[in-house]
Amino acid sequence: MSSLADRPVNPVVGLSAAHESAALHATGAAMYTDDLAVQTAGALTAWPVQSTEAHARVSVDVAPAYEVPGVVRVLTAADVPGLDDAGIKHDEPLFPGEAMYSGHALVWVLGETQEAARLGAEAVRVTYERLSSCITVAEAIAAGSYQGIARTVARGDAAAAMADSVHVFEGVSEVGGQEHFYLETQASLAVLDSEGQYFVQCSTQHPSETQAIVAHVLDVPASRVTVQSLRMGGAFGGKEMQPHGFAAIAALGAKLTGRPVRLRLNRTQDITMTGKRHPFHIVWKAGFSADGLIQALDATLTADGGWSLDLSEPVLGRALCHVDNAYWIPNVHVHGRIAKTNKTSQTAFRGFGGPQGMFLIEDVLGRAAPVLGIEPAELRRRNFYRQGQRTPYGQLVKDAGRLGTIWDQLSRESDLEARRGEVAAFNATHAEAKRGLAITPVKFGISFNFSAFNQAGALVHVYKDGSVLINHGGTEMGQGLHTKMLQVAATALGLRLEQVRLAPTRTDKVPNTSATAASSSSDLNGGAVKDACEQIRGRMAAVAGRLLDVDERDVRFEGGFVTGLGRFDERLTFAEVAEAAYLQRVQLWAAGFYRTEGLHWNPDLMQGSPFKYFAYGAAATEVEVDGFTGAIRVRRVDIVHDVGDSLSPMLDLGQIEGGYVQGLGWLTLEELRWDETDGPGRGRLLTQSASTYKLPSFSEMPEEFNVRLFEDAREDGAIYGSKAVGEPPLMLAFSAREAIRAAVGAFGPPGRSVELGSPATPEAVFWAVEAARATMAEAAIVAGDDDSDSGLVTAGVTGA
Amino acid sequence: MDDIAVTVNGRRRPVLADAHTSALEWLREIGLSGAKEGCAEGECGACAMLLAAPDDRGGTQWTAVNACLVPVAALNGQEIVTAEGLGSPESLHPVQEKLAEAGGSQCGYCTPGFACSMADEYYRSDRAPAVAGEERGPNGFELHSLSGNLCRCTGYRPIRDAAYALGAPAADDELAARRARPAPVAVATDVRSGGGRFVRPVSLVDALGMLRDEPGALLVAGSTDLGVEVNLRGLRPPLVIAIERLEELRTLSVGTNVIEIGAALTLSEVERGLADRVPLLAQLLPQFASRLIRNRATFGGNLGTASPIGDAAPALLALDARLVLASSDGEREVRLAEYFTGYRQSVRRADELIRAVRIPLPLAGVAGFHKIAKRRFDDISSVAVGFALDVDDGVITSARIGLGGVAATPLRAHATEAVLVGAPWNVATVRAASKVLQAEGTPISDHRASDEYRSHMLGNALLKLYSAALIASKEVPA
Repeated sequence: MSSLADRPVNPVVGLSAAHESAALHATGAAMYTDDLAVQTAGALTAWPVQSTEAHARVSVDVAPAYEVPGVVRVLTAADVPGLDDAGIKHDEPLFPGEAMYSGHALVWVLGETQEAARLGAEAVRVTYERLSSCITVAEAIAAGSYQGIARTVARGDAAAAMADSVHVFEGVSEVGGQEHFYLETQASLAVLDSEGQYFVQCSTQHPSETQAIVAHVLDVPASRVTVQSLRMGGAFGGKEMQPHGFAAIAALGAKLTGRPVRLRLNRTQDITMTGKRHPFHIVWKAGFSADGLIQALDATLTADGGWSLDLSEPVLGRALCHVDNAYWIPNVHVHGRIAKTNKTSQTAFRGFGGPQGMFLIEDVLGRAAPVLGIEPAELRRRNFYRQGQRTPYGQLVKDAGRLGTIWDQLSRESDLEARRGEVAAFNATHAEAKRGLAITPVKFGISFNFSAFNQAGALVHVYKDGSVLINHGGTEMGQGLHTKMLQVAATALGLRLEQVRLAPTRTDKVPNTSATAASSSSDLNGGAVKDACEQIRGRMAAVAGRLLDVDERDVRFEGGFVTGLGRFDERLTFAEVAEAAYLQRVQLWAAGFYRTEGLHWNPDLMQGSPFKYFAYGAAATEVEVDGFTGAIRVRRVDIVHDVGDSLSPMLDLGQIEGGYVQGLGWLTLEELRWDETDGPGRGRLLTQSASTYKLPSFSEMPEEFNVRLFEDAREDGAIYGSKAVGEPPLMLAFSAREAIRAAVGAFGPPGRSVELGSPATPEAVFWAVEAARATMAEAAIVAGDDDSDSGLVTAGVTGA
Repeated sequence: MDDIAVTVNGRRRPVLADAHTSALEWLREIGLSGAKEGCAEGECGACAMLLAAPDDRGGTQWTAVNACLVPVAALNGQEIVTAEGLGSPESLHPVQEKLAEAGGSQCGYCTPGFACSMADEYYRSDRAPAVAGEERGPNGFELHSLSGNLCRCTGYRPIRDAAYALGAPAADDELAARRARPAPVAVATDVRSGGGRFVRPVSLVDALGMLRDEPGALLVAGSTDLGVEVNLRGLRPPLVIAIERLEELRTLSVGTNVIEIGAALTLSEVERGLADRVPLLAQLLPQFASRLIRNRATFGGNLGTASPIGDAAPALLALDARLVLASSDGEREVRLAEYFTGYRQSVRRADELIRAVRIPLPLAGVAGFHKIAKRRFDDISSVAVGFALDVDDGVITSARIGLGGVAATPLRAHATEAVLVGAPWNVATVRAASKVLQAEGTPISDHRASDEYRSHMLGNALLKLYSAALIASKEVPA
């Protein structure tokens, strides 16, 4: 496979290209699904009737909706010709007779205008027969409410090793969920054309699956449904499974009315209806040797799956496969299960369970370090994987040495040692503000755990004028996949970037595609695009060889020209060769295919080698905590991250920075609050809008943000030596959480373990600071100094 | 119904819309889909557009506002520019060029809004190269101008870099040249459709007359609150009267005994007009929502709703502000401390509007505004506290503390004030008073914060104020 990683001279990959749509983005010319919809004449608007009960049998009277002027049709279960289900597990009825969560869409109203559809939905009468519900994971555990298959990853003898450990820690870690908050909410536009074909434009990461669901709901073959994903206004995993049902509703409406149907959720509908990052409840026990080496980890991870299974099983699988993060843990027993609760059905979100798994081990290390008396950075470094070691699920940790190399480079370049001293000096002179500095690593497995998804297709056309059009199965959600694919095609065909054009992602161009997910879309689609381009280039080389009078193996494609080795006097343009090839009846288009080699995975045993390689990185974050309020400021972030040899450095930097800040939001700010009372609003999401659910804004941007790509990092098994970048950087944000922990710790006595809520909101941080101060005060009383808090106000002055 | 029209990107476009239709909906209907709906409540800025507003020298300034919150009827006779009007893919505007080059767009959905917010600051007439500060670029670009725009992809760094790389508008820049001419005047408007009516009277007399005759009318200025109710809660008010362009409500005067601020001045105008004249407001205003909101929001609106969590009230209570209430019968002055009567209720009669806010002079010597929220930019307070203390020869001679978020109305912390007045300004006093302050109000637990946290934050606000005052006194040699 080494030829996959080889780059020709002067490749277009590796250049810093702007996003291919940047000019369209900035001028508002870039179209998104609902922009297309508002320009589609005669389109009806769909509006949901949402359950106000968390769990209830419902009966729906739609007749009053038809009294509302402009209401055209109300879609109900009786209208479904095929399968009344929005998912692939067949546990997500589109028109439920039993509302499973507050916000659950029961029926849909189609109106001539949005106002008519909205008023029609308001007129629908729903009667509820309330059933018992589980809102919190604790309630689900108490009620034994689970779904899907529980899994265990085990190695060695965790119980015995625990018993032999010098230090044993135990605890419960609660990991919060996260709303995707893609700026573009879920949107679909369905048209039934004159040939009986459904053309569904959809903001989806997984067009082929959207197509399959639309087909099974309508009971038509997949060949009659075409799904196009032009571009998405963000997705982050939230459009991997969630769009299917909405697309199906729009298509069903188009079938029944013969008119185009647009469905776009408003923000509140989107937040209350669609799945989020899984909250996890983790009970753990960890054993360490006297010198701080982890001996054993025993944990039960309960993922809050919400009302249906969705992607909870693979999310749990990835969580279990990432509890090790970057650390060698000889004895492991981690059990995972999925709670069934009456909430939105939690789903894919950047990292896909990986972040929750890593949360566990980083929390363990962060809590244990002060008690072990080992500097947290040293504790982490000491436990890194070494070359030749295997993960708990049996995979060799390829290039394990990179962890230490990256770590040491980052420590050096971020001036970590000197800054530790500065932080300590600041803390010694400030009673009401403390700083913390922490460094954490990331090791993230790349490939879909489900092996079948590790394939991709592409369709490349070279027209006889030499222009090139590429299609591939991946979707563009802002990550720059299309730009990278243009760079791959230009490299493979020896063209300049602007000579290649890309067509929107459609299921009638490339069939049976995988979701654009798991960070692997460049790896997979890049392989397919390269394959297609190389087929064409090979055929063109034969033509050019005859024209240039050289052996076809000595033909070179570069910069839009075709030359023969040693024949510097003569060069042809790519277009001239294409024209000649056409006249010689040579096929100028090709379908490309790629499958990732060498993967195997046994989901029952949770053993195998599911990942092609690991992405590595490390981040050092410095924060300041305000002791009066618990508010934090991120003062400085330094990152060294391994993207292999970058396909497109500016895009990769964008993924790293954006991922970090999104992770920072998850860990410090974004908070989903549900009504857990027994009142009438039970199960209702309380943070259901932008004014109550806060994601990072400009004020959360790190004041100083230095990101470097790990250099000379060729990955042999991937397209042009690159590595995946979409998800891994999100987990670099653990360094911020650990820095906050360090700063909170500085309010208390040394050697004290700091527990920190997640998300570490100002309030959570404040209570952690209060706990630290209380211990300090106790310690002071024991030491006979009862004026311990005298520094409360005045110490701020000392540093001024 | 009168014919109404709006000039969009230099072209006059007739408007066919309901009384409640937002500018965003209308723009998208006429094919300008660059502006997006991201939240429909003025939080994300994806719908930002530029509005030609009067500046303080008889010219025009381009102000970025949330199109989702403004009824299009309110724009009758006005000029707006959208991302499409700034530039095209073939001919990018400088802000668009910098955004594109710097990697400032990923998914691109928020980008047209960012371009408009950046253009507001790009065209700010007093923007000039300056010493780069914590939130200011070397080109004088204030990062706060982007505080109302959310991006979920980039982490903001490339957007900041794009903003800080902007130069000055070129000599032939049409939007820059437009600033020299007056902004469009307010146009009398009466739109009746969609079951509602939107009226813009052009004189105060007319407005007060309507208010007298139509007691159910809803007054609106920037529509930053009403817009949310319309979009998110389906409110369709039968009659809306727009008053934000009435000249009598747009005064700003600094006298010897009083500062009068027109109730319909936008908060951005107040911010510029007062500069640092009132330190407490200078602390408050940058923390008040976002620039996009401040470009429309007014003191009149913030106090008119009598919301317990509006950020203006705690500061104005500490300043002992008075409200001038006007009706057809004349004017009366009410102390803000006596204005609020209950949850979203006040002494303002249905036939009255708030014409101005008066702040008595001299100002107190020690002032502070403390806002507790999850986010520093663009968030709603869980607790807000305004302080105004006079300290004479080490003794506190007067104390006014305004609180928001801890009761059904904004309120004064009278018990704490009583403890402070007459006591020495020292740690012991502050500690004791902070305990009292912690027990003021009746805070509740909700999705923003717990009651316990809110109480602690009240007490700590005073400790923090004292700490900051002490630091300041040490930093500036006497």
